[in-house]
Amino acid sequence: MCENQSQHGPQEHCSTYIDSQQPRVFLSCWVNGEIISAQIDPMITLLNFLRQGLKLLGTKEGCGEGECGACTIIMNGEAVNACLILAVEAQDAEITTVEGLSTGGQLSILQSEFVSQDALQCGFCTPGMLMSARALLDRTLDPTDPEIKEAIAGNLCRCTGYSPIIAAISSTAKKEREERK
Amino acid sequence: MPEKLFRHVGKSPTRSEAIEKVSGRANYVFDLEFPGMLYAKVLHSPYAHAEILSVDLSEAKALTGVKAILTGEDLPYLLGLYMLDKGILARGKVRYIGEPVVAVAAIDLRTAEKAISLIKVDYKVLPAVLTIDEALKGEILVHKDINDLEYVKNVFFPQPDSNIASWNKAIKGDIKQGFAEADVIIENELSLPAVAHVPLETHVAIAKADPFTKRVEIWTSSQSPFGVRQMLAKALGISQGDVRVVVPHIGGGFGGKAGIHLEPLVVVLSRAARGKPVKIIATREEEFSQLPSRAAMRGRVKTGVKYDGKITASEITFDWDSGAYADYGVNVGRAAQYSGAGAYEIPNLEINSRTLYTNKVYSTAYRGFGHLETHWVIERQMDLIAQALKMDPYEFRMKNILREGSVTISGEIINQYSGRPDQCLAAVAKEIGWTGYRSKEEREVSFKTGKVRGKGIACLQKAPAMPSNTATSALLQFDADGNVRVMIGAIDMGQGAMTVMEQIAAEVLDMPLEKVRVSSETDTDKNPYDWSTVASKYTFMGGKAVTRGAMDMLSQMKEVASQILRCPVDELTHGQEKIFIRQNPHKAVSYQDIAMGYLYDNGNSIGGPIIGRGVYIAEGLTFLDPDKGQGLPALDWTFGAHGVELEVDVETGEVQILKISSAFDVGKAINPKLCEGQIIGGVLQGLGSAFMEGFKFSAEGRLLNPSFMDYKIPTSQDIPTIVVPILIENPQADGPFGARGVGEHPMISVPSVIANALYDALGINFYELPLSSEKIALAIARSEAEHKEPLSE
Repeated sequence: MCENQSQHGPQEHCSTYIDSQQPRVFLSCWVNGEIISAQIDPMITLLNFLRQGLKLLGTKEGCGEGECGACTIIMNGEAVNACLILAVEAQDAEITTVEGLSTGGQLSILQSEFVSQDALQCGFCTPGMLMSARALLDRTLDPTDPEIKEAIAGNLCRCTGYSPIIAAISSTAKKEREERK
Repeated sequence: MPEKLFRHVGKSPTRSEAIEKVSGRANYVFDLEFPGMLYAKVLHSPYAHAEILSVDLSEAKALTGVKAILTGEDLPYLLGLYMLDKGILARGKVRYIGEPVVAVAAIDLRTAEKAISLIKVDYKVLPAVLTIDEALKGEILVHKDINDLEYVKNVFFPQPDSNIASWNKAIKGDIKQGFAEADVIIENELSLPAVAHVPLETHVAIAKADPFTKRVEIWTSSQSPFGVRQMLAKALGISQGDVRVVVPHIGGGFGGKAGIHLEPLVVVLSRAARGKPVKIIATREEEFSQLPSRAAMRGRVKTGVKYDGKITASEITFDWDSGAYADYGVNVGRAAQYSGAGAYEIPNLEINSRTLYTNKVYSTAYRGFGHLETHWVIERQMDLIAQALKMDPYEFRMKNILREGSVTISGEIINQYSGRPDQCLAAVAKEIGWTGYRSKEEREVSFKTGKVRGKGIACLQKAPAMPSNTATSALLQFDADGNVRVMIGAIDMGQGAMTVMEQIAAEVLDMPLEKVRVSSETDTDKNPYDWSTVASKYTFMGGKAVTRGAMDMLSQMKEVASQILRCPVDELTHGQEKIFIRQNPHKAVSYQDIAMGYLYDNGNSIGGPIIGRGVYIAEGLTFLDPDKGQGLPALDWTFGAHGVELEVDVETGEVQILKISSAFDVGKAINPKLCEGQIIGGVLQGLGSAFMEGFKFSAEGRLLNPSFMDYKIPTSQDIPTIVVPILIENPQADGPFGARGVGEHPMISVPSVIANALYDALGINFYELPLSSEKIALAIARSEAEHKEPLSE
């Protein structure tokens, strides 16, 4: 049974989380611009820490083995599968989840483009897809279609056929380039 | 239907739940938790077929934190959509590897998993039925009690003392005579493996049973909340009112979440745990190996044709390797009975469609069920016949395609409102520049470049597969400020049902779209009834119900306005959110002023809250006659066609789709962008079935690829270079604004069109799916070796 040792510690009952029952360790990191400090199970994955500990439920889990990309977040500028990373590896890291994409009640350009291009259907892969896209666009605002396809190649989507997603990422790049001018 | 300018219909507003989904705020059952919730795990059968001799739970029960343990012996309930053949847990016998045998609910997953590891089960292993031929032989029976099973009579036909869960037949004309008239008879066998639906959210369910009453509440990732309610109530012997089923957003369904799956298990666990909520989340491996798939199938087809290309007779046997339980499988077999010859007029026909029990993971509905499979057989056969006749497969199809006046295989007469498969085929052929098969010489020249190109075409058809009394309903209510809330019973799993129903309600009421809202959570305690969100029938049926509900609101408002304006109802009309006198538009009263009842200046009031009610029940459908399959099973046919151009790397066998064009006669696209979304997404799902997906089993019946490592679905790297969706609009006279469904259709015939194009490219015919690069490369090598020259015919 997991113990609730801090306000950010995992709750007693957690969806796909199994407590290692090892002594807690201290974690401090930035999540969506907020500093977080918590006593955590050293074996908890970053995904479960975000979902269960911080109740950031936007990040999904589709396989738990790093094969589907539903749990993609950005850590220190890189899109990563949060299900494959231990929370302790995020010490001092800067993390962005889907909840951190928009500010002030305003959708980001990327999110708005996903809406207007109909780049989602069931929506379960969408948070992870958005984060892979964001990480790409943070690297380059002039991505080619092959670069976009490669950036989201680890994000499975069973609904959309990917084309509307690629179009949305491409049009976001264009709009963000214009905004920068 | 005259051309009419619509305010919302035919436009493409963005989907109404999109903001929730891009902001991470959309809730799925996967995200739900309740105080004191327990977590469930199951112990799976390690054998394909075995007797359960004993189960030792003593150590698991002694574990602290375990709140309930159940075996099949505790659960004398039978479940099934069409045949009651499945327990909540295996009882007495296991019938596939992965079947749940024991279930545990514990305070956390660690404890539940530990408890599972402490359970000991003794089995007596039995010989298993693992192939279609073994199933047909019937020496070993998957269900020894098949003769006693309760099933839907006159729709399904289980055969006594056999593994045949249902044998559905269609007989039209006289095949003996038809074959006698033929100049050429062509016979082929084609097959395809079982595949998985792969929703990104696996099956998840939570149940909370009231320990003091019979009441149970369920939150589930389901396409069929009302189906779950009905079947669960029946199985447990409680009333439907005792069961509440809530479905928030669901992370993909594709048919795999239709019917009833994990819900009964969490209900009985919650009951056993004195009412604590119990949650179960299928792991990805369980999603593959425990939860149902699409059945494997073998089709044997024999077609008689005249030299001029006219089909005279067709005899087809479909054998479905449908796994351990019937579930939707028998209805998949039945779909082949009335749709199994494709979009063609066949004067003399016999179809035998046999849904077979085997000791493998069972099968269920998967997007367009039965149709991708039957069209793999039919649309390949059409090309194979054209090759034998040395005829252009386009011309050959056009000679036999369904047209106004044609009679379908179940005896339905195609009329001017039925849609036009010929127009779909013509549109895609034009789009890809179809000019007939390439010659052997052309193939040889391009082969030397290392990359060969080919084009292919294929048609398709599908009608909703559903009971003849399938019904749906809608409730429309005003808020005091004149906004409208629409309640429906359907599930929006991404297909856009909510958006489309908002468009329809706003159109009929002539209101701004943003003032109409469909509620996004379906709750059987609150929402009006819908049979199930399956079969591409909701735009049609829901659209009719919402239209009628909105018209009901209008007529109620006119009744009230008639008193206020002192004018007969028939002189009133509506527009701009007002009811007004046709002749005197300034004499008007606003929707808002009537919404909750009209208040006069002196304080008198009349009317009351306006609540629109709309229902739709399938009209005119009949049972099919048991011997010949004749009758009217189809609410509406949506016809379509694909055309493809692809390029094959002759060394590696890798295929790039250069262009795929897919046309559907949707009658009227209520929201063209959503229709195109279904097409683009569905085509890629079809390409998964075509190129990469398929279950592999060991000799013992173990699924060998139950993970994304070994079971690949298309990624962004696998998409066609260009996809061209084409929406053809020949209105369905009784469809809402002329509309027909198109949700499932785009994946049908995709494998067929690919294999047809591979023949054009390589001169090689493929008969088995999937068309992996390895299979293609080996076939090229074999063809070269056999003919000592590349690509001979």
